[in-house]
Amino acid sequence: MPVRASLLRMTRHLLVAALAALSAATFASPVLAQEPLKLGLVAAMSGQSAKSGEAIVRGLSIAIDEINATGGVLGRKIQLVVRDDESNPAKGVVAARELVQRERVAALFGGLDTPVSIAIVPFANQSKVPFMGVWAAGTPITRNGATENYVFRVSAVDTLVDQALVAYAIKKYAAKKPGMILINNAWGESNEAGLKTALAEKNMPFAGIEKFQDADVDVVPQLTRLKDAGADVLFMVANVAPSSQVVKSLDRMGWNVPIVSHWGPAGGRFSELAGPSSQRVHFIQTFSFSGKLSPKAETVLAALKKKYPEIKTLADVTPAVGIANAYDAMHLTALAIAKAGSTDGPKIRRAFYAIDKYEGLIKTYSTPFTPENHDALSADDYLFTYFKEGEILPLTN
Amino acid sequence: MLLISSIVTGLAVGSMYGLIALGFHVTYAVSNTVNFSQGSSMMLGAVLGYTFAVRLGWPVPAAAAMSLLLCALLGLVVERTLVRPFAERGSNGWLMATVAGGIVLDNIVLFTFGKEPRAFPSFLAQKPIELFGTGVFPLQLIIPVVGIGITIALQMAFQRTRLGKALLAVVQNKDAARLMGINVRLAIASSFALSTALAGLAGMLIAPLFSVHSDMGTLFGIKAFAVAILGGISSAWGVMLAGLLYGLIEALVTAFAGSTYTQIIAFTIVILALAAMPNGLLGRAAAKKV
Repeated sequence: MPVRASLLRMTRHLLVAALAALSAATFASPVLAQEPLKLGLVAAMSGQSAKSGEAIVRGLSIAIDEINATGGVLGRKIQLVVRDDESNPAKGVVAARELVQRERVAALFGGLDTPVSIAIVPFANQSKVPFMGVWAAGTPITRNGATENYVFRVSAVDTLVDQALVAYAIKKYAAKKPGMILINNAWGESNEAGLKTALAEKNMPFAGIEKFQDADVDVVPQLTRLKDAGADVLFMVANVAPSSQVVKSLDRMGWNVPIVSHWGPAGGRFSELAGPSSQRVHFIQTFSFSGKLSPKAETVLAALKKKYPEIKTLADVTPAVGIANAYDAMHLTALAIAKAGSTDGPKIRRAFYAIDKYEGLIKTYSTPFTPENHDALSADDYLFTYFKEGEILPLTN
Repeated sequence: MLLISSIVTGLAVGSMYGLIALGFHVTYAVSNTVNFSQGSSMMLGAVLGYTFAVRLGWPVPAAAAMSLLLCALLGLVVERTLVRPFAERGSNGWLMATVAGGIVLDNIVLFTFGKEPRAFPSFLAQKPIELFGTGVFPLQLIIPVVGIGITIALQMAFQRTRLGKALLAVVQNKDAARLMGINVRLAIASSFALSTALAGLAGMLIAPLFSVHSDMGTLFGIKAFAVAILGGISSAWGVMLAGLLYGLIEALVTAFAGSTYTQIIAFTIVILALAAMPNGLLGRAAAKKV
């Protein structure tokens, strides 16, 4: 018996050794030039915000197709690996970890939800993998205080959006005492801080700050408080479904107050959900496919229609910001990787600062990133829009 | 005005909680088990109602009847596949199985119905009417009436009819009930069908005030369970009363203390109420006979 046991043990040891040798050989073999360069996306692919994830994938994919058609980056084709965060911060971190550690992605892209992105930021900085935000606008995502900051963004930034919202309310509606109706999560909080600061800079008082939940059927109590406090304009920060609850509640109250909104309504069928009153909501965007298009926008729109036949009208590209931000972010990231000459995180990070000029979809970027500024878009790039029969139209003034 | 509008709001939302919670009550009263995917059943009612009435353009009564029928069918499937196999072996596995079933259903709907929230228009929720100086949709007044009507009907059915008494006999002693000629399995299965149909009805009623999407039921399901426990899950009246109270508390706290405190205060009150009345508002302590 002991002989057999030791024989068994020996076989096992041999097996383990053989396996180890085999795997060492696999890892040690030089990376083939054809091996794809993997980039990861962590975004909401299911749930209420699933439409946003779809838009981001489309924007990234169109850019990847263009890059791969001209030979890819570092001689390798780009491959996108998508993970669903279900709008849940914990799941987002797990997905980011899996993408970095198992899929070995060279960089990560983020989704719509600020709470998810904020949760991924510390992980990205620790593991030294560039994390590119394309939608979530929470200020602390890029301004996170890390000495070596790996987080970049091609999207709106709450503090800048909040300044723009306040400026618009004053210019358009001569607001004296605005009120705030904000979703009760990290995104709402980020904007509460931003709006307060922006109002303080203008020495303006506010009527009140009210919060509401995603699943609130009725926002009348909150709105009534704001009305009683004398609000003359409302600042709204929430995703599409809760935003429409605000509009429906205002309808019921018969309160015809102007609404100046962050870009939440753009994430879905706002005009269907909120009804005819959706037109009174003026919201911020970084990009719109409506109106007169640049040649670049024409090309991208044509590519979108070709690749995704379900896109028939402009109403089918409603989360245009997701598509456009993702498209530009992918090109900027590819430029950085090319400049770095490597998929090494720290090298890519430094290469982002070295990008001098890129003619993008949203604008022509010149030195989009510096060590002090990780946000490629500024307040000058924002425009105000509204919904008309399913389409997002720019407001002329 | 703030008071009146919050009372109307609170009663309408509260009776939704009550209706879904009645579903918990019905199955608990008959079999001591509950379907934790009630939130998903509510969502299914709204999604089916939307599909038949808006997408396929059926007349609303036909769409509603068909949706309720399919919701009841879902209840039968839930009971047969997620509850009975565990409950008959004396296992509590149905707890997790029904939660899991709800998640599966939510995701099936996500991929078949679509990812975007959709609007379910109703003429009952378009033009607000003036009531004590505040605007309400007629639907907001109809929902509490339906809720209270169903509570009365359930109470009467359980106490006055042969079928109702037979159902209650099942929970007391299954073997004795079977010996008395009661079809125990059928009784339990029909209680599940009734409970999912109630949730489906709640879903269709709330849809025009809200929006239709695959995860619309999640939070409702959780709050409804809190309401069921608060009311004393064994009493239909207790459950409906707790639903109305919970809705009122939510609306009043929001109106007078501010929305930041709504969830904190509302759930603290639930905990305090349960500490003071462990069997819920109108529930009775279950006497365990050994």
